Amino acid sequence: MKKYEIKLDRRDFLKSSTMLGVSTIAPGVFFQQLAHGRDLDEPASSKIRWGMLINTNQCTDECDACVTACNEEHGIEDFGRPTTDTQWIRKLTLTSETTEESINVPMMCQHCENPPCVDVCPTGASFIRADGIVLVNKHTCIGCRYCMMSCPYKARSFVHENLENQLPHAPRGKGCVESCNLCVHKIDNGENNTACAEACQKDGHQAILFGDLNDVESDISKQLKKYESKEVRSDLGLNTAVRYRGI
Amino acid sequence: MRDKTDYIIIEFSKAVFFFGVVVLSFIALGFYSFLTLEHEGHWLTGMNNQVVWGLPHVFAIFLIIAASGILNIASISSVFNIKIYKPLGRLSALLAICLLTGGLMVLVLDLGRPDRLIVAMTTFNFKSIFAWNIFLYSGFMAVIALYLWMMFEARYNKFVGKVGTFAFIWRITLTTGTGSIFAFLVAKEAYGALAAPLFIALSLLMGTAIFYSILYWMDKGLDVPLGSEIIARFRRLLIYFIFTVFYITILSHLTSLYVTKNHDFEFFLLFSDNIYTLLFWVCQIGIGTILPLFILYNKKLSISPLGILLASLLVIFGGFTMLYIIIISGQAYPLDLFPGYTENSSFYDGAIASYTPSIYEIMLGLGGVGISAAIYIFAIMILDFTPKNLDDEHTLYSNNKEKIKTE
Repeated sequence: MKKYEIKLDRRDFLKSSTMLGVSTIAPGVFFQQLAHGRDLDEPASSKIRWGMLINTNQCTDECDACVTACNEEHGIEDFGRPTTDTQWIRKLTLTSETTEESINVPMMCQHCENPPCVDVCPTGASFIRADGIVLVNKHTCIGCRYCMMSCPYKARSFVHENLENQLPHAPRGKGCVESCNLCVHKIDNGENNTACAEACQKDGHQAILFGDLNDVESDISKQLKKYESKEVRSDLGLNTAVRYRGI
Repeated sequence: MRDKTDYIIIEFSKAVFFFGVVVLSFIALGFYSFLTLEHEGHWLTGMNNQVVWGLPHVFAIFLIIAASGILNIASISSVFNIKIYKPLGRLSALLAICLLTGGLMVLVLDLGRPDRLIVAMTTFNFKSIFAWNIFLYSGFMAVIALYLWMMFEARYNKFVGKVGTFAFIWRITLTTGTGSIFAFLVAKEAYGALAAPLFIALSLLMGTAIFYSILYWMDKGLDVPLGSEIIARFRRLLIYFIFTVFYITILSHLTSLYVTKNHDFEFFLLFSDNIYTLLFWVCQIGIGTILPLFILYNKKLSISPLGILLASLLVIFGGFTMLYIIIISGQAYPLDLFPGYTENSSFYDGAIASYTPSIYEIMLGLGGVGISAAIYIFAIMILDFTPKNLDDEHTLYSNNKEKIKTE
């Protein structure tokens, strides 16, 4: 039987182990970099302002894909108690008092530039991120509900019930206030879209467009430039990041 | 000037026993309610995503503003130097601490996360009036403690005027802070800056009415005789404050009615077929304002201790109702997001929210009242807060070489 002798000096051993190590770890690091929009240690940038343009002309009566998608994405349950159940996004039906014509309007946190909820929050749990997303810090929210009193859009819900099996990316808990977070986990993962907008696009309505309001090349900026749009309660001067067409 | 009033420590008696039993049962109810809500969640209350502040807030705000108002009696003696009120100074300051503690207790236990009180006490957003109120409330306690020290320690009696003035300014600021909670709600038609002066006036009225009710109880239960001069003074204070509250109430509704966009809300509150209209006209105006004024101006009733007690209790009922109307109706009335459109959604947009307080909210509120009363009864049994005698002979002469001129 032939005997093979492996000649391996220290230099060769180090070289091959390094190559093996690099080839094992590198793809992971590379793909992880691809998957993340930015490093989690890196703060959100004020160069970006995330926002939405909602075209009510394309929002149909029967469809509630955005609502369902939001509930699934964040693990929002229905306890069968509609007055206390959480709703991050809801569909409003508006009927004109003069023409009696109806339109559908998806309504959620409007991510104001000057949010009243942030002003009134005693602990600073309600805050606005550098990229314009209004969030609730679930560690410091004491559940006083002053933000709900102050919100002009009725966008916030108080968690009235015990919750179980919450999703890791959507920390929620009894006794805290919450609202639409523009799918911040998806943004931080680099997906740069929201569950509601995705669902609406998937259903072919294209009523919700998500994007960076500060980027002149983004679809949302181009559409905002091209078409007339409105802020809800623009009289309050809050400069909302959610704009509407057709109202 | 030294306080020459005789004070006593209250000993255990039948009246104290019954008072204690009632108080402890209130506290037990409040504690049970807190534990249940903490365990089950707020769905057990009548509150919802539109009416987010319910009966516990009415109780809490009632007790907090009454705390500020009840200190007025001490202020009248030490700030405005009307000496007949001097024997009531210690009690006035004690009751302010009691009521404030009870009110804050309800407020904290109704939080979604009462376990995070330490967060509220250590993490502040100074743009929020709530954060300022935390300082105003805790500072109020400290100021009153100092005030009491000056009143108790004969050597320091000479500083009572200065500390009293500081406490006076502090409590006006405190009630302004409490009223201002409702001044910073940009989108709600029901609220405005007039809430602050209204709350100050209401605090003076509630404080006076509660104080008189306690004086009456002291007379009957603790054998502290109450003289006609004190009764007459409280009658006049009640009249002044009833008119002040009534005046600001009228002013706030009339100014609001002038603004077209507020017409719908004012019509909803004042002239519709709902519980708030009924509460406003029958309970706040009828029972809480006109009826007490009738008693206070009635020839026979206005000089009867029982008559003034009745007026005080009606005024307390009216004031509590008034806070209920202010706090609840403003939330129940829907936001108008899209003027010119009728709104409809599964989240009750455009709909008047229904709110019925649940038993847990009532129990929690009573728990706060119980805490206030428990501190009071405990304090008067260990320290000499209670003046020995409040009959005319003592109140008119004890702190004056010459008799105070009576009107």
